[in-house]
Amino acid sequence: MIELTAKQLADAIGRGDVSAAEAFDAYRERAAADDLNAYLWVAEERPEAGAGPLNGVPLAVKDLFCTEGVPSQSGSRILEGYRPPYTATVVRRLAEAGAPLLGKTNQDEFAMGSSNENSGFGPVRNPWDRERVPGGSSGGSAAAVAAGSAPWALGTDTGGSIRQPAALCGIVGLKPTYGTVSRYGMIAFASSLDQAGPLTRDVTDAALLYAHMVGRDPCDSTSLEHPEAIALPSSERLDGLRIGVPRDALAHEGVEPGVLAAFEATLARAEELGAAVVDIALPHADHALSAYYVIAPAEASSNLARFDGVRYGLRRDADEGLLAMYTHTRHDGFGPEVKRRILIGTYALSSGYYDAYYGRAQQVRTRIAEDFRAAFRECDLVATPTSPTVAFKLGERVDDPLAMYLGDLFTIPFSLAGLPAISIPCGLSEGLPVGFQLGGPAFSENRILDAAYALEQAIGFTPLEVGG
Amino acid sequence: MSTAYEPVIGLEIHVQLKTRTKMFCGCELSFGDPPNVHTCPVCLGLPGALPAVNARAIHYGLMIGLALGSELAPRSVFHRKNYFYPDLPKGYQISQYDLPLCRGGRLGDVRIHRVHLEEDAAKLVHVGESGRIHGSDASIVDFNRGGTPLAEIVTEPDIRSAEQARDWLQLLRVTLRQLGVSDVNMEEGSLRCDANISIRPAGSDELGTKTELKNMNSFRFIEQGIKAEIERQEALLRAGEPVVQETLHFDPRTGRITSLRSKEEAHDYRYFPEPDLVPIDITDEMLEAARAEVPELPAERQERYRTQLGLNEDSAKLLADRVELAEYFESVLAVNGSEPQAVANWVTELAARLDEGDPAASKVEPGALAALVGLLSDKAITVGAARQVLDRLVAEGGDPKAIVEAEGLGAIGGGEELAGLVAEAIAANADAAEKIKAGNMKAIGPIIGHVMKATKGRADGGEVTRLVREQLGL
Repeated sequence: MIELTAKQLADAIGRGDVSAAEAFDAYRERAAADDLNAYLWVAEERPEAGAGPLNGVPLAVKDLFCTEGVPSQSGSRILEGYRPPYTATVVRRLAEAGAPLLGKTNQDEFAMGSSNENSGFGPVRNPWDRERVPGGSSGGSAAAVAAGSAPWALGTDTGGSIRQPAALCGIVGLKPTYGTVSRYGMIAFASSLDQAGPLTRDVTDAALLYAHMVGRDPCDSTSLEHPEAIALPSSERLDGLRIGVPRDALAHEGVEPGVLAAFEATLARAEELGAAVVDIALPHADHALSAYYVIAPAEASSNLARFDGVRYGLRRDADEGLLAMYTHTRHDGFGPEVKRRILIGTYALSSGYYDAYYGRAQQVRTRIAEDFRAAFRECDLVATPTSPTVAFKLGERVDDPLAMYLGDLFTIPFSLAGLPAISIPCGLSEGLPVGFQLGGPAFSENRILDAAYALEQAIGFTPLEVGG
Repeated sequence: MSTAYEPVIGLEIHVQLKTRTKMFCGCELSFGDPPNVHTCPVCLGLPGALPAVNARAIHYGLMIGLALGSELAPRSVFHRKNYFYPDLPKGYQISQYDLPLCRGGRLGDVRIHRVHLEEDAAKLVHVGESGRIHGSDASIVDFNRGGTPLAEIVTEPDIRSAEQARDWLQLLRVTLRQLGVSDVNMEEGSLRCDANISIRPAGSDELGTKTELKNMNSFRFIEQGIKAEIERQEALLRAGEPVVQETLHFDPRTGRITSLRSKEEAHDYRYFPEPDLVPIDITDEMLEAARAEVPELPAERQERYRTQLGLNEDSAKLLADRVELAEYFESVLAVNGSEPQAVANWVTELAARLDEGDPAASKVEPGALAALVGLLSDKAITVGAARQVLDRLVAEGGDPKAIVEAEGLGAIGGGEELAGLVAEAIAANADAAEKIKAGNMKAIGPIIGHVMKATKGRADGGEVTRLVREQLGL
């Protein structure tokens, strides 16, 4: 049962080959026995789930989604043991659609990180090589799916936090168009970038899960209806599809040769399937990382102000006065990367610096969106490697935040432009998975999923052995 | 000779809007309920919760803008105002910054700078004897108020005295009350006022250094506070010391002004556009809906009463400021429209007998008051008698004419009876009669008094005077 994809499992339950209870118990056992530190909480028993089309296939959920009565800590000690009184819209929708909550997965603290080493509850290990990181920030979700302790998982992507760990763990991760999935109940990192999405074993599962996530939510003013019904992909060919490749951006020195080789091989397969590969330019992509590391911390500095010790979570030294309570609570509760970004963001929004940093970064963001609009006149989808490198060693980059930030080089432009992009495994380099990123215009998820599916069939990537 | 100083005052007024629910969530507005019963993940600032704008609050904001003659933004944006305080659960207030709902405008003699919408903070309760933060044992938070929609109205610095500030704020209050957008109750905090105050040598065009006087919670305290601050600034300047830019607190019990924070301690609010909300496009439909609900406002009504009905300024203002009086006045005029000023006077008389009550809810029918005014203008009764009739109407209702007849309050006209009474009075007050004949009309008092006593006040004073002169051959 564990080798089945989520879709296959749902079908098996639908046929009566296996019961939803048996499926849940099997995964519950595996999740409880997880030794990658992928889970921060595992369900004791099967929760009641809706009789929806997902047939009871259990779902692992990133810690930052609020789940009523269940720890929701966003990987932070400042929220240790916090159990919210309400459930995030997307988790509720999926439960109603028949995907009960299996467990809460580890993540970088407040989704800030690309290695999961910033978790307040310890790093997650990559099931391909336990000395390596799973990527981040949705590292727990990616590791759980790759290791087969969950059929599928929910993650969130702000600058690459679904796609990069999916790439490093050899699974599929979809970052949807901004606004197509409700953010209500997601503990915010950067509101204008955060977006929930699926981490799955294959493209079909990503389409199936996403199909039940989309929809406007009156509780999230930035959400909207997806203009298309999300369909399960079926294309075997890519005839007529123009895939744009930003060659200038790919020339970055930090891109590993093995990653480039797997990427080029995948482009060659795309051509074999009938696609045309064309060069495109994203002239402002060079500035994407800088703009992102102003905008995201600026929003985070404000979003994280609520963790003040007054109402929930950690509280320190309330007897010593208000300022002592604030400073000691936040000093002890936040990890170093979170503090770094709060400081950067506070600075960027300060009187006298706003125009030079936040204002400028927003201009860059607009230019990048324009770059994509221009590119999509020349091509239908844009392809890059998901991550410039394969999974790196635990501890390798913790003292070098800039090297860590470079991991999101190819994912961030899509995030800034609010565009959808998927990462699929496209091969191995040094025995570790390489991700192939395929992005498109807003609301082009169906087209992306179709193309990714055709490539997936052609690549025939062998996932990690999860049987048992 | 000492310099004369001119105060320059601008006001910032926070008005709680009377919507059913809060600015960004579905919790009901309340006052006086047990603490923390009207809360939800949104107004408690729980992790993951998101705001959704209350359309009714936008509607009320547009009504205020229309009433003040403001320019209404076609697109309005919310910003985050970041600062830490326990009454602010998110660590930021959702407010507006450079794209407010309304810009410019005027009310009375004061120009409006802008009107924007925001959410109210929660309420801190300081536990301890003083009830204030200093010396309290602990502070606890009641989030019932947190998230209440506020309109912040900012004036231009057009006010020149404490009295003018008080009067203008009263005009704003009656205007907002007639709009129906707020309870505008200062004691309950639904109307709150801060004042920016500076002084300069009279005749100067330059602005002096301003101070901000916070949260004066009654009209009296506003006047006292501003007066005290003007005096404090004058004393500083006369002593050759500078006014320091700071935020101040006025304590009405002691009359003392204390510093809350200096300019250096001022917050850097790090405003940036609220990414959890999309900009609000103000459509023609929204504007039409707001326009349809803006009634005639006190300033316009006062002007109409003065120019079209010829009321004197006091009457026009009194009626216009209290919409229930104005409406009653107009329903009396519908019955007897020939003498608006007389009707206004008698509505005022009636209002004085009803305390703060609505005359429409009293026993005095508009038709009855119209009839009373008619009896007076026909000289069928005297003013004194009319007051007695009004007392009866207030107590029991009924028809003035019937009351006059039943009580024998009808005026004694110019007939034989009155002439005879005047003759009697002259005979009984011979001294006075002599003085009148000698040219001293002021001596007529005792004679009139005699007649009034004999007629129980039903005689017309003018007619009595005429008869006295006639009988004395003047």
